[in-house]
Amino acid sequence: MKKIAKLLSLALALCLCLALFAGCGSAPAGEGDAAPPDDAAVTDTAADAEGEGDAAPTEPGGTLIMATNAEFPPYEFYENGEVVGIDAEIAAAIAEKLGMTLEISDMDFSAIIAAVQSGKADMGMAGMTVTEDRLQSVDFSTSYATGIQSIIVPEGSPITSVDDLFAEGANYTVGVQQDTTGDIYATGDIADAGLGTVERYNKGADAVQALKTGKVDCVIIDNQPAKAYVAANEGLTILDTAYAEEDYAICFAKENTELSAAVDAALQELIADGTVQSILDKYIVAD
Amino acid sequence: MVLLATWLANIQSQFILCFIQDDRWKRYILKGLGNTIKMAVFAVIIGIIIGIIVAIVRSTHDKTADTAHKGFGRAILNIVNGICHVYLTIVRGTPVIVQIMIYYYLIFASSNNGVLVGIIAFGINSGAYVAEIFRAGIMSIDQGQFEAGRSLGFNYVQTMRHIIVPQAFKNVLPALGNEFIVLLKETSVAGYVAVMDLTKGAYIIVGRTYTAFMPLIGAALIYLVIVMFLEWLFHKLERRLRNDER
Repeated sequence: MKKIAKLLSLALALCLCLALFAGCGSAPAGEGDAAPPDDAAVTDTAADAEGEGDAAPTEPGGTLIMATNAEFPPYEFYENGEVVGIDAEIAAAIAEKLGMTLEISDMDFSAIIAAVQSGKADMGMAGMTVTEDRLQSVDFSTSYATGIQSIIVPEGSPITSVDDLFAEGANYTVGVQQDTTGDIYATGDIADAGLGTVERYNKGADAVQALKTGKVDCVIIDNQPAKAYVAANEGLTILDTAYAEEDYAICFAKENTELSAAVDAALQELIADGTVQSILDKYIVAD
Repeated sequence: MVLLATWLANIQSQFILCFIQDDRWKRYILKGLGNTIKMAVFAVIIGIIIGIIVAIVRSTHDKTADTAHKGFGRAILNIVNGICHVYLTIVRGTPVIVQIMIYYYLIFASSNNGVLVGIIAFGINSGAYVAEIFRAGIMSIDQGQFEAGRSLGFNYVQTMRHIIVPQAFKNVLPALGNEFIVLLKETSVAGYVAVMDLTKGAYIIVGRTYTAFMPLIGAALIYLVIVMFLEWLFHKLERRLRNDER
């Protein structure tokens, strides 16, 4: 009995330590800057090595680290071993305006949030949609692009319009890419409404593979990747009507207000002078 | 003091956002935990069954190599032993994540019961490791024990059942416990085939709320508690089995 109590207290202590970590990740800015001045001199080199921390986030000549998930053409994808795309070019333009060097860090979509909140990256840019729940944890910039959620079905599918998914008695299995807006909307509109099931795949390509093997009846995914998937796989087609529209924005850690304000100002200038639009036009060819 | 208060309030609001709001603890964490436990428990059962069979075939083949008469039975044993060998090589030679993808998209392409595919994939995977653990246990028992059994008039199966296996089981218990713990945590790759296990459930909350750490730490603590329970269970079993030792 004593042993169990001991183990339990150990676990609780560990839990507290971990919680402390969590707190640090998203605590108000004050804490990070509270280090005594003599300490600051010693850790100066360390701070430099970490890239731009809270010290001087918009200092010219610094590095602007962008976390992304380069599996989302045409917003971000690999070409000749480099991450390119709409988000990458807009970020480069922002960095140029701020006089900083852009560094792109490619990671899992879910890891982007952790990277931004822990300060490993300055901003997250991966076709991220603003939602109420997310605004409680991170800050978003002005929206720079509009995305459309489309529905991919096999040719000859009984699903011929978006409304078929919500018809009374509908019971379709819907494939989505986890954490995308397609996932969030479908969870609310279909799974919670009792109109079918939602299968969440880690990658869009996995969901399309599941569609091809008949594991799901349709896939809800962003319009641009949807086009790429349909082009690459015979027997699939995109429904004419879109499922939803959404706005993409850059996300920042809540305490990183100085940087987010600077980036947002630069982004707004780029939107005003048409740079953003020309980047969008370059990658997205009108139908 | 003020700092601590804001910190606690911050933790509290994160907690509410991640777990309480929208019943997220029930929809993602509890449901995910259910799938994790379902997969782990059934995979362990499949793993033990496969493991025992393969271990017996392999150790019988090895132990009787010198003394066996060349006959029909021996030929069958050779073939079965060969099959077991191939099974061990393939399963241990490929990552479990690749295996589960192959089961899901190729072998069971027509089934969309991801949990069942997970149980089969993890069970077959674990079976290979359990087999080698059991074989190590059987081989660790001194040959003299075996000869003693035979000279007392036990046949091969009786010697195995009454003398070798009980001792072997005691020896492999720590390694077996290890394997079960690894298996439990390994089920977290089931997220790749759209199964919502505990890890995926936590990640879904991350994606919904953009709060990186709270859901992951929550999931980590749940895994930790389950593993601690398993450790305690194995410890107790080991103690009980050692009662007869001097």
